[in-house]
Amino acid sequence: MPPPVRRIAVDRDPYVAPERPLGNGHATPAVNATRLRATRAPAALVRERMRVESVWLAYGENWVVRDVSLTVRQGEVLAMIGASGSGKTTLLRSLNRLTEITDGAARSGRITLDGTDIHELEVNQLRRHVTMVFQQPNPFPMSIFDNVAYALAERPGRGGRRRRRTPAIERAVSDALHRAGLYDEVAGDLDRSAMRLSGGQQQRLCIARALAAEPEVLLLDEPCSALDPISTATIEELIVSLRESVAIVIVTHNLQQAFRVADHVAFMHLGELVEYGTSEQVFDRPAMQRTRDYISGAFG
Amino acid sequence: MAAAELAPSPPSGTAIARAPREGTTSWPLVDRIGYWLCWTVGIGLCLVALAIVLFMLVKGISYLRIGLLVHSPAPSQIQSQSGGFLDPIEGTLIVALIGTVIAVPVGVAIATWLSEYRRPAGLARAVESAIEITAGAPSVVLALFGLLIFAQGFLGFLSQRAATGAVYGRSFFAAGVVMAGLALPLIVSSPRAGLAQLPNHLREASYALGRTRATTIRRVLLPAIRPDISTGTVLGIGRIIGDTAIIRILLGLTLTTQPVGQVPVLGLLRGTGSTLTSYIYENSPAGEGLSPQKAYAAAFVLLAIVLALNGLVTWTTNRGPRWTR
Amino acid sequence: MGRTRSWATAKTDQRVERALGALAAAVLVAIAAMLATVLIKAWPSFSHNGLRWFGPGGDVDTQLRAMAESKPLPGRSIYYFRAWPLIWGTLLTTVAAVLIALVISMLAAVFLTEFAPPAVRRVLDPVIRLLAGVPSVIYGLIGILVIAPYIDKHLISDSRRASVGYVVQLNGNNVTTAILILTLMILPIMVAISASALTSVPASWREGSLALGVNRWRTIWRVSLRTARPAIAAATVLATARALGEAVMLAMVAGGRGFAPNLLDGFTALFEPVRPLAATILQNSEGLTIPVLAHTMYAVAAVLLVSAAMLSFGGWYAKQRFQRYGVGA
Repeated sequence: MPPPVRRIAVDRDPYVAPERPLGNGHATPAVNATRLRATRAPAALVRERMRVESVWLAYGENWVVRDVSLTVRQGEVLAMIGASGSGKTTLLRSLNRLTEITDGAARSGRITLDGTDIHELEVNQLRRHVTMVFQQPNPFPMSIFDNVAYALAERPGRGGRRRRRTPAIERAVSDALHRAGLYDEVAGDLDRSAMRLSGGQQQRLCIARALAAEPEVLLLDEPCSALDPISTATIEELIVSLRESVAIVIVTHNLQQAFRVADHVAFMHLGELVEYGTSEQVFDRPAMQRTRDYISGAFG
Repeated sequence: MAAAELAPSPPSGTAIARAPREGTTSWPLVDRIGYWLCWTVGIGLCLVALAIVLFMLVKGISYLRIGLLVHSPAPSQIQSQSGGFLDPIEGTLIVALIGTVIAVPVGVAIATWLSEYRRPAGLARAVESAIEITAGAPSVVLALFGLLIFAQGFLGFLSQRAATGAVYGRSFFAAGVVMAGLALPLIVSSPRAGLAQLPNHLREASYALGRTRATTIRRVLLPAIRPDISTGTVLGIGRIIGDTAIIRILLGLTLTTQPVGQVPVLGLLRGTGSTLTSYIYENSPAGEGLSPQKAYAAAFVLLAIVLALNGLVTWTTNRGPRWTR
Repeated sequence: MGRTRSWATAKTDQRVERALGALAAAVLVAIAAMLATVLIKAWPSFSHNGLRWFGPGGDVDTQLRAMAESKPLPGRSIYYFRAWPLIWGTLLTTVAAVLIALVISMLAAVFLTEFAPPAVRRVLDPVIRLLAGVPSVIYGLIGILVIAPYIDKHLISDSRRASVGYVVQLNGNNVTTAILILTLMILPIMVAISASALTSVPASWREGSLALGVNRWRTIWRVSLRTARPAIAAATVLATARALGEAVMLAMVAGGRGFAPNLLDGFTALFEPVRPLAATILQNSEGLTIPVLAHTMYAVAAVLLVSAAMLSFGGWYAKQRFQRYGVGA
């Protein structure tokens, strides 16, 4: 007789966040995550940066994102959660018009940055204001300095194209490395090849590279999914520390990570925005049954 | 969670925009110049490439007749009596055959040795360097050396002797051997790359079953890289067919195939003749220059052969098991 | 499967290994013998002329003819040979062709991989592969039957002809035709190799660069081409080796005279004939029974071999340098 099939009990009760002190070194198992920061940024510092209004996105014939509206604010972290195929990555990529490099993409609706429709801006200009960090760390095959300075030469007045090492560029590079929390580790030799860094360091280098242009919005596409837990923790702290100066949108399939870093949460399913609210609302008191199912692990 | 719950598409009346290609109007001038330069060069290259292909096609077809393919060339000032290029076609095939027959076993053996054995290491490195030097050496140099060897007295049986007793040194055999040397680097590189790409577990599985290395190679590895061997062979044949310098130096300058002596195959090997490449050269203004039309026709046939070989390469590289696709 | 056959024993393995090793060693010996023989046979020519072998000094064709007829020029040894016109011709044609082909092939490869519409790409791919395999004699045919007459009729005016007529006859077979056809010959293989290197650049770098707001052109230049540098270097070395060793096609179109184009002639220098080193060997191949001529030709061959070896080494060195950032061809 084959052994009986084991069923995993699904907890359908509303999720309750336990109170744990900060700095708990022994990370507890998945269900109980530690809130990284206890307080929200003061309301005065929060300002609206981007607004997504009734956006539909399609690749070819399928509508991948259906009628989504949300707001991206500086001073807080917006996490987009959902199962695979929910359209959250596509929506993220539409924020800096990266969907356009695929042929056959179609869109409807309006996305604005500081009040201006992003499709009226020049696309490379836009991408310097709204930068992106990808899932797999992708440092260019150059030195660390050249990687961070890569996008800098584009900005007018930020050092000439020819002179690579002007004091302005060097200052910008070290600023970016400081903001990304990588400066102390690489300050010794900035001309080292970026490919020799560890995975976590490479991802922080990518974040520094994205920050070098001093963007208004930073988009993160599952930045820690390829990293070990310690690097993940470092980057999550980094994200929280950056939210005052940059609006952050992070896509993650790791619910605990969203729980740890997010101020606002958008839960998407099959392209639709099922629930959108503060993280207390979505995690503690989800309004929709589907949200409750997803958070408790019934699917996804 | 039924699909019917999802709205099928945006409400009518809303504008749907397709993704535009990144426009270049906003780029700095330097970038725009580069972009247009790129386009110009690209289109120019297209036009030139197509022009060459079409030109050879048109000229070849207009001058090619079946008669040319089946008649031997005859020395004559009059166009209509100077025959076709059957012998050059024969010559091309003979030289390619000799070259391949010699080069393929040797090449595959060397590729195997370099990949699987490699001992002593110094010898392996020296062999690799030697093959690379041969790959880069001009074919005239190889031809010179070949002439030197085959003009030695004791090798007279491989070509013919002049009345003074000096060895002529030029024959199909001589050309074939040097052609084998020319094709060797190509025939070695493909199987080598193929063997390097084979995963180790293949070999380990065979050793674990108690088979010796020789058996493993013979039974497992070589069949696995059959496409690579074919590719290398076809590349080598292509190189052999296309070379003129070695032919001109080592095959003598007779238009027709001239066997030497009475023995059937050996006589042919010892004899002289011509190939398509030397025929084209002879008929162009650089040689006798008598019939450029025949040169075009012969060039067309040669191109057709090259095209067929190209197709063969594509076909052999795409079939067969691929371990790392 | 129970019966062990005689060739399955470990001793056979050893024998096979030794046999294969012997074969490889034999090939090595043959190639080494070729190198040694060429150098040894070349020695008399070098020893009689010293380093001045490479220098200028009179008409190469006259010197070669003197050797062929065994009638030494007055006051000179029979070995007298000054190869400078041949070397100059080789340098001109090879360097110019490779430089032009490098620029064109990079732009063309970028066009093929980035900007060309898919239909164009699908047509051009097999066409370029076909052109890469076309025998050089066919390029020579096109050169001598199409390009050379055109240049002769349209680009060389009578006044130009007259201006150098006392030294050399100008016709369609000249250094410009040679450079044109040579460029055409090495372009397909350089384009093919560069294009395949560009397509194997990881997409994540391209995307990352675009996401940082760098436009497509600069992304290609600063990321893709930089990554493809080892492959482009390898393609250049390959093309240069091919150009250097090209004998037949150049014998057909370059002019056949061992003449050193005088750059001081201005534009007229473009139309002066040359005869590169490899073509010289080809054109004198019938006279190899005469020892002195043979030694001189072996000397030319030695120069070619050494250049090819140096090219190989240069390519290897460039590859080492470009692989510093961990990306190979």
